[in-house]
Amino acid sequence: LRVIARSGALWYIARVPADSPSPHPADSSSRAPRSREDFLHSEGFLRELMSRQLRLSVLCALAFLSMLVGLPLANYFLPELMARRVGGGFTLTWFILGIGFFPAVWLIAWYFIRNSMRLEREEVQTVAAKSGAGTAENGRRASR
Amino acid sequence: MIDPWILGFSLLTVGATIWMGFRAARQSKTASDFFVAGRGVSVGWNASAISGEYLSAASFMGIAGMVMSSGYDALWYPVCYACGYLFLLLFIAGPLRRFGAYTIPDFAEGRYDSPVFRKIAVVFVLFIGFFYTMPQMKGAGTTLAYVFPGLPYWAGVVVVGSVITLNVALGGMKGITLVQAFQYWAKMFAISIPVFVLMSVYGHYGRQLEANGVGGAAAGAQAGEASIRREALPPKAPADAPWLNPFGPLTTKAAKAVPPTYTYTGATVSERIQLNPPATSGAAAKDKDPVVVVVPVGGDQTGMTFPVAQIVRSYVQAVGTEAASSGPVELILAKMWADGSVRLDVRTLSTTPRASEVLGFLRTNGVLVIREGAAYRALPEKETVVTRLDPKPYALLYTYSLIMALVCGTAGLPHILVRFYTNPDGVAAKRTTMWVMILIGIFYVFPPVFGLMGRNLMPELYSGIGAKGTDKIVLELPKALDRIASTPSAGSGPGVAGATAASAPAGGAAGNAAPQGLPWGSILSGITCAGAFAAFMSTFSGLLVSMTGALAHDVYGRILRPQSTARERMAMFKLFAWLIGGVATLLGCFVEPLQINFMVGQAFAIAAASYFPLLFMSVWWRKMTMRGAATGMLAGGIAAVAAVSVTNFSDLGWVNLQSVWLAHPLLRILCEQPAIWAVPGAIFLMVIVSLRTQHELPSDTRMKMLVLHAPEELGLKAEYIREHEGH
Repeated sequence: LRVIARSGALWYIARVPADSPSPHPADSSSRAPRSREDFLHSEGFLRELMSRQLRLSVLCALAFLSMLVGLPLANYFLPELMARRVGGGFTLTWFILGIGFFPAVWLIAWYFIRNSMRLEREEVQTVAAKSGAGTAENGRRASR
Repeated sequence: MIDPWILGFSLLTVGATIWMGFRAARQSKTASDFFVAGRGVSVGWNASAISGEYLSAASFMGIAGMVMSSGYDALWYPVCYACGYLFLLLFIAGPLRRFGAYTIPDFAEGRYDSPVFRKIAVVFVLFIGFFYTMPQMKGAGTTLAYVFPGLPYWAGVVVVGSVITLNVALGGMKGITLVQAFQYWAKMFAISIPVFVLMSVYGHYGRQLEANGVGGAAAGAQAGEASIRREALPPKAPADAPWLNPFGPLTTKAAKAVPPTYTYTGATVSERIQLNPPATSGAAAKDKDPVVVVVPVGGDQTGMTFPVAQIVRSYVQAVGTEAASSGPVELILAKMWADGSVRLDVRTLSTTPRASEVLGFLRTNGVLVIREGAAYRALPEKETVVTRLDPKPYALLYTYSLIMALVCGTAGLPHILVRFYTNPDGVAAKRTTMWVMILIGIFYVFPPVFGLMGRNLMPELYSGIGAKGTDKIVLELPKALDRIASTPSAGSGPGVAGATAASAPAGGAAGNAAPQGLPWGSILSGITCAGAFAAFMSTFSGLLVSMTGALAHDVYGRILRPQSTARERMAMFKLFAWLIGGVATLLGCFVEPLQINFMVGQAFAIAAASYFPLLFMSVWWRKMTMRGAATGMLAGGIAAVAAVSVTNFSDLGWVNLQSVWLAHPLLRILCEQPAIWAVPGAIFLMVIVSLRTQHELPSDTRMKMLVLHAPEELGLKAEYIREHEGH
């Protein structure tokens, strides 16, 4: 079973458009023949798409990396401060690494997920605006 | 003696896991059931299932063991296991999901239209898989040796290895959502409940930490509270300060092992001394008299450096006149070095009681005695500069390399991406991811508490090795509760008083119930054993399925016999399951001395140096060519495998590299934690080779990048597949 399953990854995707009623470029291409296609496949659109997503990812990664790089540096250069006992008997650095890191990471993940969903919505709307009314409806339906 | 509670809970988990696996496997007959498993499942269940797959024996047992043995530095493991997920989310998961690639070989083939590359990429599924199964096997051997006292470690590994392999070969234990979700909650329950009970009896996390460290106990006494119960640390345990603070034993071991260098700055004053053995001048010149003879050897036969010579001479005289009753004749050979120091070649001395006497005499007279193998070197203390290697920069490097391996490695683990996005719709997938991060994050707060309390309550484990060492602290720690119950008066007074005082206001179940006779320690220990079984069983079977699938599908089905039928492949799947299960079990038998967590860290390092650069660069850099990707992945991955293998061979004593490590501590760190050079190295190679093979760039790269990055709602994936079928 597993054997077939592993080969199934691409086939599964290939099956999806046939079964699913999801927005399909074929529906819209008849109404908005060239403009949407051209825009979607233009160099500018891809460049914009990748740079916007990369900017968000890099921003979140920088926040995250500054924690990962910063804590060892703080331990290295400020050992007394980091060894200071804070509430409940924890040393400052143990508290940060043993407990505090997790909520901070959740916060970054939450920020990223929220913004990447917004980005995708905007991108779908941009494409929809470039093409006819039919696709705009599709875009709205998909972005719900 | 086998504890019935522990045995009962363990059997219950094994039985439940196998039963649920078979039940679920019967229900999901078709291939697509596996991938679409999340379709009818809520976000909560799916997130639990992903988390359940992720938490292995390293998370459940290894972290606690390593925190206990190494302290603060080991905290990077749980943090980075959880944070690696964020990195995966930020850079890789979204594009891979849009691309429709669920496994890394799938992606390698699809991105470069190259079935050849798929076959190359599949190699690392096996490499990483084996490095990941070894610690699971160590967890299994350790747990069984604990449940059945007296059972040898290898027997436990063989039993668990065979049971799970049989199970996988028969088609059970698939990555079924329900089973995995159950596993997560079993593990979460098994790790958190005992922690809460133990904390209510012995004092909470912070107070336990407070007991470690200078002034901790004094501060507690000043506040007038009963101090935290703490057993005496055995000599093998690290001291409080290096344990509690960053850059402790884990990261500084390599640099601290290096002996200091001694530079003699004083002038060489030659002095001719008459070394007349006191044995001949002494009155009682019997054969058996304890006589110390100092004979200078080499170079100038009689030339010795002041003041060592003088001290030695006066010592000889002192001993010579005392003439105790019996003992062997001790021969000290003094050799003058080029720097003017004197080397005392103390033959036979090191084994006699006189050794400490001679050395003590020299030390109190301002002579620095350095032991070099069997010989001792003497230098005047005032005129010698002792240079010790500063271990902190090395420790910083180690820490960064470890962080890099764990954070980047998460993205390249073969069994993680498969499950990452079982939800069919993007919004639910993202919500699932958020929940996964929360679920594993909460879990990872608990194991370090076990390590910390283990240090305070069960320090005797520091003296154990292999399966009897700190890796079993999660299993054994709850038993500490039974010690109070059985020997209320034998324990240290303030400890017991502290325990009862702490439990009374908390009203903990164990504190109240212990006197009534229920063996709470055994019950809780049984619960943690059950959790351990859940951990290594789920991860081992998950890995076994991935690796067997790779072999049966990619190696057999595509390379050896592409024309084979589905039935033949199914037969081969079973055969390969036995083969891989057997190899993994065999490997597991050898790794008893290595720490669980350490080995998992190595698997992460290999993944970080091979798959992570491949995924990261392929997703975000358009100019990558297949040749560049393959070169970088192979070079980085193989270099990492070689480096960690050398480290392991040396640690297991198969090759003797001690002298090399001592001479080059940096080399040791770079071999033990190769990520810091292997990951950038792999990326560098990818860039260089890709730029030199730009003519091979696939013609439809732009379309592929569009599929990777454009929102799924635009339906580009479907368009792409239609185009491909048209070709």
